[in-house]
Amino acid sequence: MKLTRKSRTAFSVALISAAALLLSACGSNGPGTGSGQASAWALTGQQETIEASFDSWNKENADEKVGVEFFENDAFKSKIRTAIGSGNSPTMVWTWGGGVLKSYVDAKRLVPLDASLTKNIFPAIAANGEVDGKLYAVPNNTVQPVLLYFNKDVLKSAGIDSPPATWDELLSDVTTLRAAGVAPFSIGGSSKWPQLMWLEYLTDRIGGPEVFDAIQNGEPDAWSNPAVIEALTKIQELVDAGGFIDGYQSVATDNSADTALVYTGKAAMILQGAWAYADIKTAAPDFVTSGSLGWAPFPTIKGGKGNPTAVVGNASNYWSISADSSKAQQKAAAAYLADGNLNDSYIDGLLKGGGVPPVSGLEDKIAKSDNADFLSEIYEMSENASSFTLSWDQAIDPGQADAMLTNLDKVFLGQSTPQQFADAMNATIK
Amino acid sequence: MSLSQTTVPAARTAGTGNHRTIKASRAHPGLRYALPALVMFVSFAVIPLVAVAVLSFTNWDGISDIGFTGLDNWTQALTQPQTWQSLGLTLQVMVLSWVVQTPISLLLGVFTAGKQKYRAVYGVLFFVPLLISAAAIAIAYKALLDPNFGLGQSTGLPFLSQDWLGNPDIVIYVLVFIIAWQFVPFHALLYQGGVRQIPDSLYEAAIIDGAGRMAQFFSITLPQLRNTMITSSTLMLVGSLTYFDIVFVLTQGGPGTSTRLLPLDMYLTGFSSYNMGLASVLAVLLVVLGLTLSLGLTKLSGFSKMSSDLEGA
Repeated sequence: MKLTRKSRTAFSVALISAAALLLSACGSNGPGTGSGQASAWALTGQQETIEASFDSWNKENADEKVGVEFFENDAFKSKIRTAIGSGNSPTMVWTWGGGVLKSYVDAKRLVPLDASLTKNIFPAIAANGEVDGKLYAVPNNTVQPVLLYFNKDVLKSAGIDSPPATWDELLSDVTTLRAAGVAPFSIGGSSKWPQLMWLEYLTDRIGGPEVFDAIQNGEPDAWSNPAVIEALTKIQELVDAGGFIDGYQSVATDNSADTALVYTGKAAMILQGAWAYADIKTAAPDFVTSGSLGWAPFPTIKGGKGNPTAVVGNASNYWSISADSSKAQQKAAAAYLADGNLNDSYIDGLLKGGGVPPVSGLEDKIAKSDNADFLSEIYEMSENASSFTLSWDQAIDPGQADAMLTNLDKVFLGQSTPQQFADAMNATIK
Repeated sequence: MSLSQTTVPAARTAGTGNHRTIKASRAHPGLRYALPALVMFVSFAVIPLVAVAVLSFTNWDGISDIGFTGLDNWTQALTQPQTWQSLGLTLQVMVLSWVVQTPISLLLGVFTAGKQKYRAVYGVLFFVPLLISAAAIAIAYKALLDPNFGLGQSTGLPFLSQDWLGNPDIVIYVLVFIIAWQFVPFHALLYQGGVRQIPDSLYEAAIIDGAGRMAQFFSITLPQLRNTMITSSTLMLVGSLTYFDIVFVLTQGGPGTSTRLLPLDMYLTGFSSYNMGLASVLAVLLVVLGLTLSLGLTKLSGFSKMSSDLEGA
């Protein structure tokens, strides 16, 4: 094939422009900003309810439509950050509140919202959507406190009548259960974050919510607060006493091997979020309906400053509105947040899905729902909580979260002392 | 006859003439032949590489403005113990992988290249892991190695119920084993191809000289596979700088930091802690390491001369 100089140039130009097209296509799979209808990216967890909510909203508000797309959790977390960083964010941004929300606000990527949007929301939960006293995020999902699940049959056969109400009881139960040849606690050690729930509750019970507030605000040396050190020491004592099932560092949470240990009777108890209830019920329906599954708040600690009603966990998911979207898109999204988000049918959908939203005045609805026992307990726990501490890995600066999980893992393994943990974490404060 | 005698040289000259033009155009194929590959290479390798090098001198969390911080990231990366631990782990996995995979894939390759009965059946079985994605392999092994519900429980062999992925002392060997399980088929395939290229005449001559199976293997097969071995080793060693997917799904670097290989450390620093500057330093280190390794290997082995070991070829 012979090409004249001219056609050769044309050929090269064609190739280069083809390549350029290809490249620009890579960058444009976000929802175009500034024009068109408003968009929202949501997680698949409550897809049915959320999709139905947007469908009915779009039917009734043809001029303020919101297009919704659904993503799987891990895929979403990296995608949303890239989208926001490159200015291609959807109009409605899904977050977990806390540190990530703050980093978006600090980068001026979100617009403040009308404070009246959270007038029916539990105050402790609504507070997680605020940055520097201004509302930036509105809850859109169920509230998920962490609590102690236990296998009543296992406890009974070891001669234990009730779950531990205090830390001392917990330690003596560990000895009793070990003597009976059953593991006291299951934990998904290989997933790392389940270990964090122990540190969160122990710190709160020992030192109250102020300890973590200081950590969250990045105050110098906040990690070496005596309450954190004592909590870590207690964790190591519990590990050394055989509190966790042998080989717990190989147990994963993402395949539900941790809860399986409880309903198969290999372990007596587990500290997990409210989401574990649905998992257990799906995997072992008979175990739940026969009443063998019990649940209780985290034990109190003698001399601890924390309020026994204080709760840690995932407060909710939240909607925020992107500052990069057009005025019309922002208006449509705000209208949806006011009237579409968490309306009656939305709440019914969430209850049916096995969770409670952090909205006041739902007692009657909950009493009539399936799983009323469990949901009422979760609802009361969250509403009456003296404080609701957001899971630390979501609450703190995202730059610290990975270091925290890794260093805590070392504490569980006995590779680090509590003081070494505190020093390593203090060094991550900017 | 005379007619054909005159036409043949004519055809010959015509042939050489053609040959010459082809040769000339081969010598200078023009940029346009390289263009598609070049455009791809520049836009997906060179430009990102330069961008990463630039990013390594900045602080960037992925969403805020980028600010230049000079050599801060470099001093941090080179002074923090984590970088060196990750580098050490990476080198450990690299060496262990080579030591484990090379003999196994060599023997498997030689075996499957033979003409035994059912060889094809074995071959298919051996190559199955090659067809499974790394994430699927990791998830499957995670389930198999679960101390409470995994292999040990279902087979009733308590030895298999170790804390495989949770014991910092053994997890690295478990990892090397799983990586070997995944990659041995690929290297066995390389060796199989290499063995098939060895001319039968060499073996026939050796048999006449009275060489046994062992002698044939060590004096003919092994030396003839020299280039294959260099290719396979280069792929193995440089490839071990990219082990990420299996580790990420299997252990996420844990327990503690026992399996936090350099590529994983880079990912976690960049996409979990959103410290793009520091992650870029680690990325540059990986590139330098990979380049040094592959260039060094080709130089040391004389592979660049590309001499053929094949008799008569």
